[in-house]
Amino acid sequence: MKSVLIMARAVLARDAAADRVVPPAGFTVRLTLLAAAAMAFLAVFALALSLAAGRIASRWGDELARSSTIRISAPAEEADAQTAAAIRVLETTPGILSARALSDAEQQALLEPWFGPDIPIADLPVPRLIEVVETEDGYDGVGLRLRLSAEVPGAVLDDHSRWRRPLVTSAARLRLLGWVSILLIAAATAAMVTLAAHAALAANAKVITVLRLVGATDNYIAGAFVRRFTLRALTGAAVGAVLAVVAVLLLPGDSDGVLTGVGFQGLGWVWPVLVPLLIAMVAFGATQAAARRVLEGLS
Amino acid sequence: MIELENVAYSYGGGELLADMSLKLSPGTFHFLTGPSGAGKTTFMRLCYGALLPTSGHVRLFDRDVRQMDRDAVARARRRIGVVHQDCQFLDHLSVAENIALPLTVSGQDASAQDANLKELMAWVGLTHRADALPPELSGGERQRAALARAVIMSPDVVLADEPTGNVDWEMSQRLLRLLVELNRMGKTIMIATHDLALIRAAKQHVQARVLRIANRRLQLAGADL
Repeated sequence: MKSVLIMARAVLARDAAADRVVPPAGFTVRLTLLAAAAMAFLAVFALALSLAAGRIASRWGDELARSSTIRISAPAEEADAQTAAAIRVLETTPGILSARALSDAEQQALLEPWFGPDIPIADLPVPRLIEVVETEDGYDGVGLRLRLSAEVPGAVLDDHSRWRRPLVTSAARLRLLGWVSILLIAAATAAMVTLAAHAALAANAKVITVLRLVGATDNYIAGAFVRRFTLRALTGAAVGAVLAVVAVLLLPGDSDGVLTGVGFQGLGWVWPVLVPLLIAMVAFGATQAAARRVLEGLS
Repeated sequence: MIELENVAYSYGGGELLADMSLKLSPGTFHFLTGPSGAGKTTFMRLCYGALLPTSGHVRLFDRDVRQMDRDAVARARRRIGVVHQDCQFLDHLSVAENIALPLTVSGQDASAQDANLKELMAWVGLTHRADALPPELSGGERQRAALARAVIMSPDVVLADEPTGNVDWEMSQRLLRLLVELNRMGKTIMIATHDLALIRAAKQHVQARVLRIANRRLQLAGADL
C-alpha cells in the first residue's frame, strides 16, 4: 500500500515545466504504449480464465464432493422394491444427510441431452438412480458397499471420486497456470519497459548532461523519465484492459459450461480495474531501476 | 567557496594535471590560460565537481566532493554558474525555458521564474529571442543565453570555459563587460581562455589574477599579462 502511495505521489505530482525537460520521445512512446496495452489485454484474459477455472474447481469440489449416486440395475418388477430397500439402508447409515430416488422426469432430463426430449423412458431399461447427500463427516464407503451388496444386490454405489478428482485437479492446475501467466506477463512488461526506458535514457544522454550541469539531482532527472513512462504504461494498459473486457463480454455467457464460463463475476470485476494500476506499478519500478542504473553509469 | 588542494587528475593512464592548489575567494576574478589541450576544461570540471580528482582534495563550499553524493554535488552546483564554449542547451526548449532551467530543476515556482527571467533576458539583450529555439541563435546570442542561464540562480561563483571562443571581438567584449559587472556585484569569476587579448582588455576594468596551466601544473602568469 505504501509503495502505491509513493508511486501515486511521484506520478500525480505533475510539474508541467519539469515534464518538458525530457524531449518528446519517438519510438519508445509507441513501444511502451503498445507493450502495456498488449500485456494488459493478456493479463485480463488470463485472469478471466484463471477465475473461471477457480470457480469450476470449487463448484466441482464443493458440490460433488459431498454427493454420491446409487444405481439400481434390476429387472423392472424388482426395481421399486430394491430402490425402497436401498433407501432404507441409506436412512440407517451414519453420515448420510439425505437420500432420494430421482423421479422419471428428472431421469428424463438427465438423458435429454443425448436422446432428445421425446425419449419414452418407461419403455427403456434405464437403471433407477438415488441421489445421496452426505454429512460433513461423510459415510463409510466400504461398509455401505458391503451392506448394499448384501441387502440390495442390484445397487451400485458411485461416489464420483473416480471422475471428479481429475477434473478438480485439472481445473485447479488451469487456475494455477492462469496465475503463472499473469506473473510472466508482469515480468515481460517489466523487461519491455526497462528496455524502452534504457533506450530513452541513452538517447537523452545530452539532456541528462545539461540537467546535471544546471544542478538537477538524480531524483529530479529519474522522476521526469519515470513519470512519463508510468503514465504511458497506465494509458496503454487501460486501453488494453478495456479491450480485453469487451472481448471477454463477447464470449458466450453460459457460466455453467467449462469453456463458456470464462468471465468475471461479482468481486472478480475488481481485477480488470486493478490490471492497469498493477502494470503502471511494474512500469514505475522498472523505470526507476533503469534510470538509477543509467544515471549511475553516466556519472 | 571552491578550493583545490594538491589536486592531480589522470586519464587513460597518463597524468593530465598534477599538484594543483587554488582557493577561489569571494569576489575575486581569475583568468585561467594555457595552450589548447593543457587541461583548462578538465581543471574547470574539477572545480564544479563534474570530475573527481585522482588525488588531492576539491572542496565545494567547505565540503570535500569525495564525501558528497551526486545529489549533494548537484545542489552545490546551483551555487556555481557554468558557461561552456559549446553552451549545451536543450534544443527542444525555448531560449527562455533554457535560461530558466536551473530554476526549474530546483523547483522554484513559475512566478518567481518569470520576474528573474525577464530582468535577466533584458540584461543580456535577448528579450526579443525569448521564444526562439537554441539552434536558431547566433554564436554570440548562444553565449549570452548561456551566461544568463549560469547566473539566474544568483550563484556565488561563475566559471566560464572559453566563453568567447565562438564569437567575434565585439561580442567577446560585450560578454566580458557582463562578467565584470557580475564581479562588481560580488560574484567570484573564473574564465578559462587562450585569448590573451581578452585578458589584457579585462585587466583594464578589473583586478584579475591570471593563472596558467603549463607542464600539467598551475602557475601564476607573468607580468606580461
